[in-house]
Amino acid sequence: MNLYVETKEDGNTQEVKLSGEIDAYTAPKLKEALLPLIEIKGTEVVVNMEDVSYMDSTGLGVFIGALKSSDANNSKLRLICLQDRVRRLFDITGLDGIINIDSSVRGGK
Amino acid sequence: MEPFDFIEMKVPAKAEYVGVVRLSTSGIANRMGFSYEDIEDLKVAISEAMANATEHAYKKEDGGEVTIGFGVYQDRLEVMIADRGGSFDLQKVKKGIGPYESDQSIEDLREGGFGLFLIEALMDKVEIKNDYGVIVLMTKYLHENEVDVNDNQISTTQ
Repeated sequence: MNLYVETKEDGNTQEVKLSGEIDAYTAPKLKEALLPLIEIKGTEVVVNMEDVSYMDSTGLGVFIGALKSSDANNSKLRLICLQDRVRRLFDITGLDGIINIDSSVRGGK
Repeated sequence: MEPFDFIEMKVPAKAEYVGVVRLSTSGIANRMGFSYEDIEDLKVAISEAMANATEHAYKKEDGGEVTIGFGVYQDRLEVMIADRGGSFDLQKVKKGIGPYESDQSIEDLREGGFGLFLIEALMDKVEIKNDYGVIVLMTKYLHENEVDVNDNQISTTQ
C-alpha cells in the first residue's frame, strides 16, 4: 500500500515511473514529485503507469493539477501504459478526452 | 428480518488507514463471491468515501474516528461509512459533481470533489445522511450473470 516514484531525464523528456497504489495517503507524494517537473518550461513529462495497480479520485486530482500547470508553463503531460482498471476511472470521469493518455503502449493490449 | 452478518471497524480518521479499509473490503467482497471487477469497484467506492470522511470531516481537528460497517447479505453487500465531524452542504456538493466535458477549458477543471460522483457510478445504490456527522450508505449486489465491465460502467441490478 505504498507508491514508488522513479524519475529519469532524457533530453527534453522527463520520464516518471510509478509503481504501487495512488490513494489519499500516497497522492501527496505523487504531487510533490510531479509538479516540479511539469513546471520546467517546454518539457514533456511522460508518466509510466504500468505498475500502478490501484488509483482513485485523489490520483485523478493530482493529474488534473499537473495538467493545469502544464498549460500555464507550456509543458506537456502524457500518461502511458495504464492498466485497464486505472484507465476506466479516466473514462468514467470524462478525463480521457482531456488528458493525453496512451494505453496502447502496454504490451499490445 | 433478513439474516445477515455484520462486521464493524473503527479506524483513526487518517489517510494512512484508507488502504487498510480497502484491503478489508476486498477480503469481505472476495469471501462473498464478488467478481474481480466488482471488487475493484467496491475498493474505489469505499476509498472515496473514506477519503472524504478523513479529509473533510476532520479538517482541523486531530483525532477523530471513522466507523465502517459491512452488512453481508445473501445477495448484496451494504457498506456504511460514518464520521462524526462537521456536516456539509449536500446540495452544493451534488451540484459540483459529474463527468468532465472535453470542451471544458483546462483552467476550469476541478481538481477534487468528484469522489461522490465515482461512488455513485460504481455502486448500485448510494444514500447519504447528513444530520449528525456524515453517513454514506452504499450497496452493491451480487450478480449471478456477470455483465462485461468494459461494455458499460453501469451495472444491472436484478
